[in-house]
Amino acid sequence: MSVLVYLVPMALGLGVAGLFAFLWALRSGQFDDPQGAAIRMLRDDDIQSASPGHMNG
Amino acid sequence: MSVAEDYSYYTSPEQNGGIAMDLAVDGVTCGGCVARIENAVRSLPGVTEARLNFTNRRLHVAWRKEDLAPARIVSEIEALGYKGRPFRATAAEEAEAREVKNLLRCLGVAGFGAMNVMLLSVSVWSGNVTDITAETRDFFHWTSALISLPAAFYAGRPFFRSAFEALKARTTNMDVPISLGVILALGLSVYETAVHAEHAYFDSALMLLFFLLLGRVLDHAMRRRTRAVATNLAALKSDTAQRLKDGEIKEVPVAALRTGDHLLVRPGDRVPADGRVVAGRSEIDESIITGETAPRRVDAGASVYTGSLNYSGALRIEVTALGADTLIDEIERLLAKAAAGRSRIRALADKAAGYYAPVVHSAAALTAIGWLMAGSSLHYALVTAISVLIITCPCALALAIPAVQVVASGALFRSGIILNGADALERLAKVDTVVFDKTGTLTSPDLRVENTGAVDPALLRTGARLALSSRHPLARALAREAMTSAPFDGVVEESGRGIRVLIDGQEARLGSLEFCGLPTQSVSSDVSLLAFTHAARSAVFEIRQSLRPDAAETMNALRALGLSLHIMSGDRSLPVSRVAATLGIESWHAAMKPAEKIQAIEQLKAKGRRVLMVGDGVNDAPALAAADVSISPSSAADIAQAHADALFLGERLLPVVQALLTARRARHLMTENLWLAVIYNAVAVPIAVIGALTPFIAAIAMSASSLLVTLNAFRARGRGVT
Repeated sequence: MSVLVYLVPMALGLGVAGLFAFLWALRSGQFDDPQGAAIRMLRDDDIQSASPGHMNG
Repeated sequence: MSVAEDYSYYTSPEQNGGIAMDLAVDGVTCGGCVARIENAVRSLPGVTEARLNFTNRRLHVAWRKEDLAPARIVSEIEALGYKGRPFRATAAEEAEAREVKNLLRCLGVAGFGAMNVMLLSVSVWSGNVTDITAETRDFFHWTSALISLPAAFYAGRPFFRSAFEALKARTTNMDVPISLGVILALGLSVYETAVHAEHAYFDSALMLLFFLLLGRVLDHAMRRRTRAVATNLAALKSDTAQRLKDGEIKEVPVAALRTGDHLLVRPGDRVPADGRVVAGRSEIDESIITGETAPRRVDAGASVYTGSLNYSGALRIEVTALGADTLIDEIERLLAKAAAGRSRIRALADKAAGYYAPVVHSAAALTAIGWLMAGSSLHYALVTAISVLIITCPCALALAIPAVQVVASGALFRSGIILNGADALERLAKVDTVVFDKTGTLTSPDLRVENTGAVDPALLRTGARLALSSRHPLARALAREAMTSAPFDGVVEESGRGIRVLIDGQEARLGSLEFCGLPTQSVSSDVSLLAFTHAARSAVFEIRQSLRPDAAETMNALRALGLSLHIMSGDRSLPVSRVAATLGIESWHAAMKPAEKIQAIEQLKAKGRRVLMVGDGVNDAPALAAADVSISPSSAADIAQAHADALFLGERLLPVVQALLTARRARHLMTENLWLAVIYNAVAVPIAVIGALTPFIAAIAMSASSLLVTLNAFRARGRGVT
């Protein structure tokens, strides 16, 4: 069962990575506009006008 | 006359040296709108960022200060056919936003902890029935402790803090038993781990926190959404004022006005602040203040109040009071009294918490005493007693009521009703008497032409098109009948009398009877006449505040629910009696002063009635505060909205019925959920008392009961009335 000494910390590490991804997403405002995100995904105007300074989310 | 608009009051500096402004935008219905508005605003000179939040319909714009005046952004949005108004977020709203983020962080941590600990716990449980070694189990338990202790400490803060506050104030709330349960479960588990025991309850503690946080996040997110809509409504409604300074007129937001400013109030405008008339003469409609529909004549020296509508002539007023002190003294005094004397019905959740804690805690104590008397060791007695506390941990109980509130207020939100507080649901459910104000509540806030059927359609169309050129409220009512939005060219306005224009070479006039050369007519005082002549033909339009389109239907629905209906209006007898007769309401009172409205409501309450007040005027505000529960239309005066428990949007009155139905169903489900929680405890507690509780049973029982009450809460969505 000595393999557990590696496996458990590895599993935990993955969990912590997921937690930090969530906290980062929260901090960077990914949850501020859930309905808007659903719409922006379908917009394709960023393909035609790939202009610099285009602040599209 | 072009008037410069000054929105600098709403801008705030950005970190990079530019400035930014937030606007509430109305009319955004689809993804296309988002793209149109963002692209248009972005193409303005100097704009560095424009982002429209589709969830709360708000646009954030940042730009370089020297390149652009804020008014350009507002007019750009208007040119696209939307309405956008800048606003400043209230402190309460910002606090709510921070709280939601904080709860989400706690939820993330609790979720991470619960999942990882559960992974370890499942291994231990399956190991316990097969061949796990004591060393491996200890390793798993210590790892669980390593995760659980910091995670529970972090994620439990909202509960610990609230429990601490309650204990400090020598009261108790639901968070006290929650905190106690979590702390005891963790403490017991650490002890059991240290003595190499078989059972630890780390997963129970974290899962409890996870479920409860989930409920709380949903609750706050719902509240935040309704609060955002309320702020948007206020922003979109907030009018600007025309300020006279050094001979120049500037359009400024009402929020930027100061006492002593001189304002110009044109015909058709609402008076933006309480003040005194300095120059000019006009008639003003104060129905939103007093409920009285007949206009009042004012000239120099007269007082005018916020929200009244200026009819005929331009007024110059000096601002005498603003913001919080903008109220008429009497109303203010009554309000303070009514709000203080409001009998608070004790919320169901508090009642449940009041019974819960003593029962559970004495059950745990009795368990310990019982086992000691039966001759078991102190250790075993304590472990069993604590396991009673863990299993009764009010997972189901703490979710039973908030879950229903979230679902019900979400359902109301979608049908255009905004709740100011979730506790209003319980008070709404108990209502047996509904008191309506007339003006602006039973009648729609806008004037309407009553006799359109009696006028030649061609003449009506021409008159309505001519009316497009006037700002007079009567003309605006007529303009609503116009088939086109293109006004005639060359319209001449004769101030205070009417407007005229040449159509097909012949003069057309719209205005008073005298202006159109027609003989005066006598009509009842709640009807206003507007005359129109073209060539040799003429028409007289009768205009009054008409009933909301579904008023009769709403009254019938309310009667069918077994409610008794009353009208209490500040208007005169004649118009009130006519409305009462049309709607079949027998109990009506007219010409009531605000104090009399309170008195009448107190009398109803003294008879044991639970009173719902529906009203919109400044004169209704004290009555709204005095009633058990209150609802206002979103067109209501600010002060009325502030004292209402709920707002309904739009032209229809039927949302009042919807609110009552949803509240009744919600209350029913809350009681049902509380009983589910009681049954759960009745089954689970004996298992713990006899000492047969394992962490596995605890995990299953607790999550099953939480899921059950949450799923049951979804029934609060129900089917709407249409």
